[in-house]
Amino acid sequence: MHGIEFEITPASGKTRRQPLPEYIEGYGEVRAFEGAFANVGVGISDHRPRRSKSVRPGQTKLLASIEEALDRAKVQDGMTLSFHHHLRNGDHVLNLVMEAVALRGVRDLTLAVSSIFPVHEPLVALMDAGVVTGLATNYMSGPVAKAVSQGRLKKPAVMMTHGGRPRAIECGDLPVDIAFIAAPCSDPYGNCNGVSGKSACGALGYAVADAQYADVVVVVTDHLAAYPASPAEITQTMVDYVVEVPSIGDPQGIVSGTTRITRDPVGLAIAHKAAQVIQASGLLEDGFSFQTGAGGTSLAVAAELKNMMKEAGIVGSFAAGGITGYLVDMLEEGLFRNLLDVQCFDLRAVESYRDNPRHLPMDASMYANPFSKGAVVNQLDVMILGATEIDLDFNVNVTTGSDGTIMGGSGGHSDTAAGAKLAMVVTQLVKARLPIVRRHVTTITTPGETVDVLVTDHGIAVNPARQDLIASLEASGLEVVSIEALLALAESMTGIPDEITFSDDIVAVVEYRDGTVVDVVRRTK
Amino acid sequence: MLFVPGNNPGMIQSASVLGADCVILDLEDAVSLSEKDSARKLVTKALRSWSFKSTEVTVRINPITTVYGPLDLEAMLEVQPDILLIPKAEVASIQAVESRISAFEAARGGEAVRTKLFALIESAAGVEYVHEILESSPRLEGVLFGGEDYTSDMGVARTMGGMEIEYARNKVAVACKVHGVDAVDTPFTDVDNHEGLLADARKAKAMGFTGKAAINPRQVGIIHKGFAPDPVEVRYALRVLEAMEEAEAEGKGVFSLDGKMVDAPIIQRARQMVALAEKLGMVKASNVSREGGLV
Repeated sequence: MHGIEFEITPASGKTRRQPLPEYIEGYGEVRAFEGAFANVGVGISDHRPRRSKSVRPGQTKLLASIEEALDRAKVQDGMTLSFHHHLRNGDHVLNLVMEAVALRGVRDLTLAVSSIFPVHEPLVALMDAGVVTGLATNYMSGPVAKAVSQGRLKKPAVMMTHGGRPRAIECGDLPVDIAFIAAPCSDPYGNCNGVSGKSACGALGYAVADAQYADVVVVVTDHLAAYPASPAEITQTMVDYVVEVPSIGDPQGIVSGTTRITRDPVGLAIAHKAAQVIQASGLLEDGFSFQTGAGGTSLAVAAELKNMMKEAGIVGSFAAGGITGYLVDMLEEGLFRNLLDVQCFDLRAVESYRDNPRHLPMDASMYANPFSKGAVVNQLDVMILGATEIDLDFNVNVTTGSDGTIMGGSGGHSDTAAGAKLAMVVTQLVKARLPIVRRHVTTITTPGETVDVLVTDHGIAVNPARQDLIASLEASGLEVVSIEALLALAESMTGIPDEITFSDDIVAVVEYRDGTVVDVVRRTK
Repeated sequence: MLFVPGNNPGMIQSASVLGADCVILDLEDAVSLSEKDSARKLVTKALRSWSFKSTEVTVRINPITTVYGPLDLEAMLEVQPDILLIPKAEVASIQAVESRISAFEAARGGEAVRTKLFALIESAAGVEYVHEILESSPRLEGVLFGGEDYTSDMGVARTMGGMEIEYARNKVAVACKVHGVDAVDTPFTDVDNHEGLLADARKAKAMGFTGKAAINPRQVGIIHKGFAPDPVEVRYALRVLEAMEEAEAEGKGVFSLDGKMVDAPIIQRARQMVALAEKLGMVKASNVSREGGLV
């Protein structure tokens, strides 16, 4: 054949990333990452006391406007306001609230938003004006992410994880003064849910810690139901005020109509290989549990697993995370006993979450908080993960793109990688002419010690720490190659990409789920 | 055999991961006239620098009677893929290719070209003279039957049932058997009809074809399924080989299995079956004839 041997050429003159600073202006002392489980199992964080008032009988919570809510909540300079991202790129609430806040001349606010999307572009002007100077989020894409990368936010943004955020809110690392909870349905006393109304989004899992631990909780809804609204995912006991607005979001941006399996043949080939790895790992047996993203290739892995489970008569215990219609189908076909849902990705998932008692809610803390008495991620057998870059140590970057600009974030990436028995990254070896396997990732999002295996179109590489897995795969006839060989192959296709040159300015701090700092993002030159 | 456009670098890089036993890098129909030269350069470069791992690589050149055909052939002889697929194959076109390759070898001091030839039979004359075509070059190791161009040459409509290509398929499959070369069936052009493809692949297998062309990567797995041997037959074949080993160990020339005499053709078929099953991952090579188990 036309085989040629690949060798890694030494990266001449290329330096490893700079060491983490001990102190970061606008962030504070840096506690450096010291291992995925160094701080787990040694104690449990104290819960932050709320500076809140109880509600008297006869007191009304329903207010006329967001402005009135801002009056009652006494919004002032330097506060932290929180928002959730269940309305995703259809969200109107963050922009509505911040527009009202800006008009009051309040400055120096920190926003704790579980994720930021392109729809939140108006924030950029508020950053430039000094209204918003701090940001804590688990994921961001679009104009805000770009502006943060350019250094237009006064303090470094704090990039958290889906489990790290509720941990930080609960223990007071991220004290929230006012939480704004966009609710597709609420009654006037604050019982709310996401399953009815014109902006139905399904589960409200990411908003629960905010509702439980913020000093003031304001529900913003466009569907006011009669008391008591049912189901109540967030209950009246946590809510101070309710505001009705004409629209909390654009349904088209909230949930996609359908989530589809990829038709890309390379994606399908990767999915097939990933499923073979899962089978060879020995984890695919009765009680199997599984999580995957909503990407086309991830769904294709689910489709492959579905066939394998059917053929072998396997009934899994649960699938978790963000839920798609595809997982709903698997639930209904009896392939899983339950779904644990923190967020619904499509309309089919919303309907199932509403109607099927086996489709269970899961708040973000239950999902992934490392300092709880046990998160759902700890019960996962297999997690399918994506990667923008993965390096020779299996560190994964899903935070920054190839130009050093922020274009994502951990979300649940680090949490599930740490918890699952088999954390598997599936990706094409080369995407858009860029190698995905790198000598060093631009930004460490998920530490390599928690990543077990990389499945690409051009081969499977196993973390050397998992010799047991290498043995199981080889015993099943699957070829395992070193990640160095995949790097060499990738670079033979693309050449070695030029290093990005960064300035010294830190624009974001990447926190691991336990609150230690795993990396920083610097401003690109 | 999976067709991959010769002007698509991404697909060429991915060609070896799509599950096909063999890929056909196409310089002919998949490439527009304005891209003939760049596709030829791309494929040449890919064959020089890129590993297709264990996937066999075929290149379909343009007809030798066009201006591109000789240029394609010349470029491919420099890089020598596993197989060259010669379109519009008739006796004259194969002879023309053969004589150019022989001349190339002579110019290189007699150094043999490793590339084999496959004839793409896609005309009435091609079908009717398939024996003569197969005799026109010792490098020919297979035939790919092209049903679309054949029916167009015949002036008949292509149908789902495929009655109009029945004769041609039978004739090609039998001729290939006579000459001991591979017979590869025409592609199934409705890429979203997976059930139709499976039935068509099973039919081709039953007619004696050894493989089938695919025009979309999603067809590959289905074709493999269509050509996969029946597990019951594989189990029987494994038992035949096991019984043969025992008989050999005991010094017996002839032996019987389940009360039936096992002779050379049965052993031959059992060997072919097990080899195919191994390739499809139905049996582990190390298990064959020891445990005789299907994985």
